[in-house]
Amino acid sequence: MAVDEPTKQAGSQPSEDAEAMALDRALTLDGNAVAGLLEEVFGWEITAQLTQCANCGHVAECGALLAFVGGPGTVLRCSVCKEVVVRIVRTDRATYVDARGASFFRLPVSPDI
Amino acid sequence: MTLARRLADAVTPARRTLEWQIATVKAFAPETARARTFTLELPKWRPHRAGQHYDVRLTAADGYQAQRSYSIASEPERVGEIDLTVELIPDGEVSSYMHGVLEPGDRIEVRGPIGGYFVWQASQPEPLGLVAGGSGVVPLMAMLRHRAAAAGRQPARLLYSSRTVDDVIYGAGLARLHAARDGAEVFQTLTRGAPEGWAGFTRRIDAQMLREVFAPLGSDVRIFVCGPTLLVESVADALVAMGVPAERIKTERFGPTGS
Repeated sequence: MAVDEPTKQAGSQPSEDAEAMALDRALTLDGNAVAGLLEEVFGWEITAQLTQCANCGHVAECGALLAFVGGPGTVLRCSVCKEVVVRIVRTDRATYVDARGASFFRLPVSPDI
Repeated sequence: MTLARRLADAVTPARRTLEWQIATVKAFAPETARARTFTLELPKWRPHRAGQHYDVRLTAADGYQAQRSYSIASEPERVGEIDLTVELIPDGEVSSYMHGVLEPGDRIEVRGPIGGYFVWQASQPEPLGLVAGGSGVVPLMAMLRHRAAAAGRQPARLLYSSRTVDDVIYGAGLARLHAARDGAEVFQTLTRGAPEGWAGFTRRIDAQMLREVFAPLGSDVRIFVCGPTLLVESVADALVAMGVPAERIKTERFGPTGS
């Protein structure tokens, strides 16, 4: 990491940001890529179910959210405003779900509805 | 089974849970130098919907686990087994194990079928448009195989982008589907050079190519796009600019985690 220091000090922040954004974009998956995790958390398949972004109000199927899986947890973002809709972190003993970015999830009373 | 258990089963609504099961490798076959199709026999097989995937989990002796998702390549009409086509990713924990270690008769932990968003059923009457980049062709091949097995009669067109002709997955199978003349047509483009006599496109997928391939399917078309993130986004944007309503376009991005 030390070799990165001179570059940072040379004031190349904008291009680094652009690079980071391009990398983020290339690493983006869809909600359907984490359908298995969502099924564990919610009890059954929900990628075809609707959710609403609490930030911009966009309503979309969970499978159409943007998924980022490279970190310690899974982050799902709105495909329109890019705000975080839900974060899921699993430990050995529990799963933590931070869903404050969603104003609702539609959860069917039985599968296939 | 005890009577109590039977009664419990009878009154408890069947809640579908995603269970891990041990699949047996029945066979594998090379598709390209880097992609291989594994046929897995499943003790708890359930029919899937074309476009769904399975999770594969490896557990090391010390308990460390690595898990990846792989699209199902086969049609749901094949009972008791599935095909997964896995591309070898350099340093990929799971793909390098599957390519380097797995032999017929070996067992591997899987769960599925998973996903309800990027799925298509032959009972859907609208014309079907498919756009694939690289190994993104796998779930779309399942859709074409399902269409053929279910004798679907809706027009279907696949536009498939590969780097070179050696990178084309399912080359022979796609040629057979195209030659069957049952309403499914396959269009290919090569982005890094084509052999002499190549009849397909020879550039990256662009708006003009999308128009040429999909305009004949009319405005009611349902389009599935699967491939690397940047291809998926540029294709989806171009389709929307062409006037295809966004809700008729479904995307699946293949990222570096698919290793």
